[in-house]
Amino acid sequence: MSQFTINLLFVGASFALYFGIAIWARAGSTKEFYVAGGGVHPVMNGMATAADWMSAASFISMAGLIAAGGYANSTFLMGWTGGYVLLAMLLAPYLRKFGKFTVPDFIGDRFYSRTARLVAVACLIIASVTYVIGQMTGAGVAFSRFLEVDKDTGLIIAAVVVFFYAVLGGMKGITYTQVAQYCVLIVAYTIPAVFISLQLTDTFIPAIGLFSEHTQSGMPLLQKLDEVVRELGFRDYTADVDNKLNMVLFTLSLMIGTAGLPHVIIRFFTVPKVADARWSAGWALVFIALLYLTAPAVASMARLNLMTTIYPEGPTANSIAYDERPDWIQTWEQTGLIKYEDKNGDGRIQFYNDTPAFAEEATARGWAGNELTVNRDILVLANPEIANLPGWVIGLIAAGGLAAALSTAAGLLLAISSAVSHDLIKGSINPDITEKGELLAARVSMFFAIIIATYLGMNPPGFAAQVVALAFGIAAASIFPALMMGIFSKRVNSKGAVLGMLAGLGCTLVYIFTYLGWFFIPGTNTLANTPDNWLFGVSPLSFGAIGAVINFAVAFIVSNMTEEVPQDVQDLVESVRYPKGAGGAVDH
Amino acid sequence: MSDHTENQENYWKANVRLIFGCLIVWALVSYGFGILLRPMLAGIEVGGTDLGFWFAQQGSIISFIGLVFFYAWRMNALDKEFGLEE
Repeated sequence: MSQFTINLLFVGASFALYFGIAIWARAGSTKEFYVAGGGVHPVMNGMATAADWMSAASFISMAGLIAAGGYANSTFLMGWTGGYVLLAMLLAPYLRKFGKFTVPDFIGDRFYSRTARLVAVACLIIASVTYVIGQMTGAGVAFSRFLEVDKDTGLIIAAVVVFFYAVLGGMKGITYTQVAQYCVLIVAYTIPAVFISLQLTDTFIPAIGLFSEHTQSGMPLLQKLDEVVRELGFRDYTADVDNKLNMVLFTLSLMIGTAGLPHVIIRFFTVPKVADARWSAGWALVFIALLYLTAPAVASMARLNLMTTIYPEGPTANSIAYDERPDWIQTWEQTGLIKYEDKNGDGRIQFYNDTPAFAEEATARGWAGNELTVNRDILVLANPEIANLPGWVIGLIAAGGLAAALSTAAGLLLAISSAVSHDLIKGSINPDITEKGELLAARVSMFFAIIIATYLGMNPPGFAAQVVALAFGIAAASIFPALMMGIFSKRVNSKGAVLGMLAGLGCTLVYIFTYLGWFFIPGTNTLANTPDNWLFGVSPLSFGAIGAVINFAVAFIVSNMTEEVPQDVQDLVESVRYPKGAGGAVDH
Repeated sequence: MSDHTENQENYWKANVRLIFGCLIVWALVSYGFGILLRPMLAGIEVGGTDLGFWFAQQGSIISFIGLVFFYAWRMNALDKEFGLEE
């Protein structure tokens, strides 16, 4: 059987499963469409949250980022998991107790202001739309690589699949498909990692293999890796970071942003009780950790594998001849994601860090520049081929990558469509809309959200790489502080909240645009995006945490200068704090 | 329902105290051991590198899981203790 047939079989089987679930879990009411009827088991919800959260970026790109950056990029590991601690303690249980359908619902009620609700809707839509573009392009790339269709056709297939189960099933359909997608993606991620760990360290748990002995050399794996990359002019893999302030702020921005992303928060509205929301956050983190504890092992092992493929006799000896390169390099060369150029004409592949510091040694060895460029994103996808694993593992990776992209896309689309149908249409434009009318509006807005996401996926704005940073920045600077103050303070009033959100959001956007271009239009940036130009060495991607601080400060100062919060709203705050008595305190 | 009792007040204070404690550990394992205090822990070797590296790539995540479950267990117990469970 050819590799193409195997891929088709795996992807086809997983899609058939998702369709089956969609038909079984159709949504019949708005409650089912928005929050899956509120009856999802906490472990199930944990699994669905994990799939919702782990996107194409986690599945495909994260290991590549860590492989390239080593210790410095541990920020992604800590940042994208630590947010769940904040979510579990500061937001999820209380918002579950509040018991409505969307994030702007809470902000509108708590700050007794339609403006606050609309600001929240705007933040939610900007954050979610920017995030969904990346998912759609990720799905498109995975389809085109594994099913051998062009990128746009791949994207349209992805859109049709999502349309089918998300529009039909709403949150209910999405929840149960996400559970299935989690199973597919975690198996797909783990199996190649286990094989590679066995090959390199004789340890079958990758997370332990990372700190074990490299069988071939008898040295600890990480020391071996440090040694190899050092010989080729790269920074030590485990080397410490100089700009610790920026590392702390970047991690903090990712954590706060994670806790403030609406598509993750609404998952906790689907469990039956407050106590379940607490457990569910723990289960979500367990399921996420299964991948996140494996990812750093995959990163270092793949980097070492790549180096030993190019330098089979060690970094100080000759590298391999281009004609003898392994099959997987040839396969990926066809996609343009690996490129080779024989600069010194010796027919061999030189792969090293082409910097002034290493120039002398490079010249001494007769090298005329780095000859190989490897796209970071192929690391996970090419892993089974690098480790010589059978064809079905490659098929599995294809299904896993698609599951990761589609599950996140569906969650985001639901967050967007519920904000439009529930907060904009029912909350502002037509409050008298019937239940049936609202359900239809939810489905129609989902349909349009998919069309827009597909269009943006096909014609990605030139800044695709930066938009994810923007989503985290917005969530961190606007949504998270507003929610937290709404629960933990009875003093913050509508004026404080609205001005706080706008100030946090505004400062974050201005800081990002200053370095990355106004509205991300290339060449319009006021200052070059280099560490010397950054204010106090804070990179634009790390600014979300500062935006959050600005939001908190403005909200407290303004609130203390203006009126007290009305008594019925103070009662609402009381009621979300105590699990007992669903909604009682609000109605009296 | 709307009467703001001392019982509720104490429950909320206990919750805030618990969160505060958990977040101290949360910050210590990630920002502390994983980032800022890494040079101090450089002498403690773990599998070819140092303890700070382990915390940054493994230990912090494992601690986060422990923290969230500990919080859920303590809070669900407090709900019952104060008679405020659902």
